Amino acid sequence: MYDSPLRQLLVTGNKSYAQVTEDICRPIHSKPSKEWLGAFLLSASILGIGGIGILNTLVNGIGAWGLNKTVGWAFDITNFVFWIGIGHAGTLISAILLLFRQKWRTGVNRAAEAMTIFAVLCAALFPGLHMGRPWLAYWIFPLPNYHGPLWVNFNSPLLWDVFAISTYFTVSLVFWYTGLIPDFATVRDRIKGKFAKSVYTALSFGWVGSAKNWQRFEAVSLILAGLSTPLVLSVHTIVSFDFATSVIPGWHTTIFPPYFVAGAIFSGFGMVLTLMIITRKVLNLEDYITIGHIEAMCKVLIATGMMVGIAYTTEFFIAWYSGSIYERYAFINRAFGPYWWAYWIMFSCNVFSPQVFWIRKLRRNPWFVFVISIFVNIGMWFERFVIIVTSLHRDYLVSSWRMYTPSITEWAIMIGVFGLFFTLFLLFTRFFPVVAIAEVKSIMKTSSDTYRKDAQVEIFHGTPAGVPAYRSPDSNLQ
Amino acid sequence: MSKKKKEKVNHLVGIYDDDEKLLHAVEVIRQRGIKIADVFTPFPIHGLEHALGYKDSRLPDVAFIFGTLGTITALAIQIGTYTIDWQVNVGGKSSLPLPSFIPVTFELTVLFAALGMVGTYLIANKIGPGVQPEVVDPRQTDDKFVVIVKAKDEAYNQKVKQAYNDTGAETVREQILTDTEEE
Repeated sequence: MYDSPLRQLLVTGNKSYAQVTEDICRPIHSKPSKEWLGAFLLSASILGIGGIGILNTLVNGIGAWGLNKTVGWAFDITNFVFWIGIGHAGTLISAILLLFRQKWRTGVNRAAEAMTIFAVLCAALFPGLHMGRPWLAYWIFPLPNYHGPLWVNFNSPLLWDVFAISTYFTVSLVFWYTGLIPDFATVRDRIKGKFAKSVYTALSFGWVGSAKNWQRFEAVSLILAGLSTPLVLSVHTIVSFDFATSVIPGWHTTIFPPYFVAGAIFSGFGMVLTLMIITRKVLNLEDYITIGHIEAMCKVLIATGMMVGIAYTTEFFIAWYSGSIYERYAFINRAFGPYWWAYWIMFSCNVFSPQVFWIRKLRRNPWFVFVISIFVNIGMWFERFVIIVTSLHRDYLVSSWRMYTPSITEWAIMIGVFGLFFTLFLLFTRFFPVVAIAEVKSIMKTSSDTYRKDAQVEIFHGTPAGVPAYRSPDSNLQ
Repeated sequence: MSKKKKEKVNHLVGIYDDDEKLLHAVEVIRQRGIKIADVFTPFPIHGLEHALGYKDSRLPDVAFIFGTLGTITALAIQIGTYTIDWQVNVGGKSSLPLPSFIPVTFELTVLFAALGMVGTYLIANKIGPGVQPEVVDPRQTDDKFVVIVKAKDEAYNQKVKQAYNDTGAETVREQILTDTEEE
């Protein structure tokens, strides 16, 4: 077999297969650390605050929010689109990068997919609450009924969204779980303790890893990746239709689908970086989620950050070029009206801040990347806020122009959903294999320093120019 | 598929510590006319299915069939409700708006294909909630590669053990396991 000497090293630390298992399963076997317990209690308390906000909304209705006749969508839909966007990186990493044979995905795909599923759960909460009467939420499905029967409106993008998001959630969950089965079997075969063993036996579905099982596993993974790739692109496209098919200036633009998809990937990778930089440190997974992985994700951030930058600029240009006075006003108001600060936070966080990653040193510095990833999260939250609120708050009648101020209830729900997200993610890091064990083992022969002692490590590992390439201590120097 | 419970019979187990050794061993063992009952590995190994002479999986075809079913279901629901059962005249727009049907049709196609294929995958692999695994060696999901051959007469067993040893097996032993051979 031909091996390129330039092939990137994705697993470092001279690991054997057994060590890979050991390293990744360690958090499951050991007692929770104080930091984990502290973080878990904090997230759970924040979730509790959200619970109070949700309870208040359910008891008192949407009146508990700061919405008014002019601004009918604000924090609810902003948060919905924000979380759906976050939920794009997982499937992108596991599906699109699988099709492109990008092996670096193996280190981060499991956690990114978990993040996707939790983010979509968080997102789904918002349209549910925003209905006002969530106990009638089943009305969004085309179910036979006693009102005619009156059916749902298949011309409405809001209905398409129902199908898109429920499909996306289901398929992502199935994809994630299919990959987890073999790894649960690994945990099952090594864990002590009767109860834990029976739980992991149930979770592993009786997997034994026969050759035939693996052959089918690979076929299923490939087809699921093929199905998920257009799916992930369709979801945010359809979310953007919620806006683009309306006739509100600022929303009614054909650029929305690609612009939203690029933004979703951008925000998703921002959140993956935020989570992975902490996770790799706390769980000692730096040999699997290497600086090279962080660098690769930073490159995705530059690319998608510039795509949204082009979208912002194009929108502005077209608003002027179209000659539509309403469209032009909506955009001038966006950048220089009463919400100018939101627009410029969005612009600087999303377009300017990732530009620092052109500098190699900076994109290989995890803590610096962490700070920028937080900026990306903030920027992308504001992008949705800007699109939604600034387009609505000054409508055609000057007499109905209003400002929007979120109520305490809305703040509580928004913060509480972050609590939900982190609670779920912390549980995941404690009880699930955070890195795809079987997938990492399958790339060891080509991409680990255990088997590739001859590889030019500097390509992925950053030895400064002029210094001889790193060689692991026990390699044979010829 | 036979309904009766599979018997437990004696098997010869060879355990290897490396995937390339295993791949070579599988080829040698089969060349010597020994029928491999099964191979267990901790991760997918490229080329193992060819070395074992397995045919390509037909799961992609299953996905296609379920996907088609999804397309038909989606169109049937939309046309059935929106065009046939209860037409709503909104500004004189078509009651058969095919472009508007694309998103839901696409989503249901993907949903059916994915769920149908994964369901078939679980059934074909005989895995699912509540299935109790028969683990030959607990390290087969960690770092060992296990080959099992159904035992016959003494001469045959010796031949198999010889083949294991010749190809660098770390451990060779006999073990009572469920007979997986199809009649």
